Amino acid sequence: MKYSIFSLARNALSYHRDWPRAWRSPEPKKAYDVVIVGGGGHGLATAYYLAKLHGVRNVAVLEKGWIGGGNTGRNTTIIRSNYLWDESAHLYEKSLKLYESLSQELNYNIMLSQRGVLNLAHNLHDLRELSRRVNAIRLNGIDSEVLTPEQIKARVPILNTSPDSRYPVLGASLQKRGGVARHDAVAWGFARGADRYGVDIIQNCEVTGFRLKKGAVEGVETSRGYIGAKKVGVVVAGHASVLAAMAGFRLPIESHPLQALVSEPIKPIHHSVVMSSAVHVYVSQSDKGDLVIGAGIDAYNSYAQGGSFPVVEHQMGALIELFPIFSRLRMLRQWGGIVDVCPDASPIIGKTPVKGIYFNCGWGTGGFKATPGSGWVFAHTIAHDEPHELNAPFTLERFTSGELIDEHGAAAVAH
Amino acid sequence: MLLIECPYCGPRDEYEFSYGGEAHIVRPKHPEKLSDEEWADYLFLRTNPKGAYRERWCHAHGCRRWFNVERDTLSHQIIAVYEMGAEPPRAARKGGSKP
Repeated sequence: MKYSIFSLARNALSYHRDWPRAWRSPEPKKAYDVVIVGGGGHGLATAYYLAKLHGVRNVAVLEKGWIGGGNTGRNTTIIRSNYLWDESAHLYEKSLKLYESLSQELNYNIMLSQRGVLNLAHNLHDLRELSRRVNAIRLNGIDSEVLTPEQIKARVPILNTSPDSRYPVLGASLQKRGGVARHDAVAWGFARGADRYGVDIIQNCEVTGFRLKKGAVEGVETSRGYIGAKKVGVVVAGHASVLAAMAGFRLPIESHPLQALVSEPIKPIHHSVVMSSAVHVYVSQSDKGDLVIGAGIDAYNSYAQGGSFPVVEHQMGALIELFPIFSRLRMLRQWGGIVDVCPDASPIIGKTPVKGIYFNCGWGTGGFKATPGSGWVFAHTIAHDEPHELNAPFTLERFTSGELIDEHGAAAVAH
Repeated sequence: MLLIECPYCGPRDEYEFSYGGEAHIVRPKHPEKLSDEEWADYLFLRTNPKGAYRERWCHAHGCRRWFNVERDTLSHQIIAVYEMGAEPPRAARKGGSKP
């Protein structure tokens, strides 16, 4: 069913009791042309673009829990493309462009709100770096500008721009096209879209191993039995190393918890997204009214979707430093997602030492903004058995050749 | 939240420690003789297991000494604490990550 004002009106007549399911819940078939491991936003987007753009429709998405229940449902929903290096800028900008028309494309409201993303500078070095970054970003044809403290204050009146503060705000970069989107809707929209093209979305199906023959993949062992596959795309974020170990190789990845919090809902007061890598916090206000707050990763390796209290404390300290007005706000919920951090803070999207197995991982703390772009390039990589020019630099081999894409601190926020 | 037993100072709050990543990675004696693959393996590749994991910690706000910890990365349970340069305790060696 196409969602529209008419379907809404029609279903209102039956008290919204007869809406059809947005996607099927089929039993797994014996074999597929392509099996995608991981039913998060990236995996579902991959399946969607495989079916839509490459005509590969005999596809299954295997998800060990429920779709969008991992990092897709655990992030702070910020979208931007203000990356320093050309390779990253092109990839994230592709993603942002796809986001801009995604609601229409999927016939599913992802609630994209391009309210502008501000990245603050708190010292002279920050400010110079930020200006250099803005220039580089603009040379790549991506919108970005530098704001003075007065311009920042006009945009975000509740921000503490006093020169007397411990970490004074000296300037900011602004990407007006940046913003936030409804994270669940991105997963659900892609799931519904992929399902319409015949992709099987199989939930509660955990991959426990790969069946290999002469260095090539034959299929996957799962908690619901063996499933044959000509090609397997693995998009499992924090569990990338675990899946790689099953396939017999190692990755340059470490898994860490990244925590986020939401406050109690309040009236609209914060209309943009403010990020600061120096005091390290980022915050936006959701349509529901709660503040969505994130910061840096917990230092040690972990697969527990929680995290440590000192990190929360640091994050709150940074929030109050920037927004003294929030000091009496109570936090409602806290959670952690397991992020796959690469040494150069850039993703790995491409082939692996095993023929027929493709990995899309290493997005670390910034995967949500890349969801459609990541699926788009990964679908191309799987369908053609070679990367698209957008993801060609993001190989696993770059760690051997030394062609790293070092976005640590080069992106607009510390990772 | 971790309560880490520093071998020199006793149990202390996680807040006092800093993290040093995977343990038992030995710097090759002659890096110039390594292939690019071997160098990348030493420099970048990690086991990153879900389960028992050997890692280095430093009691940064205490005695400032380094030591090894074997910890479960899923439950955060600390299985063993042992000194730098020491072999992992026998009990911990079973099922642990490969050094």
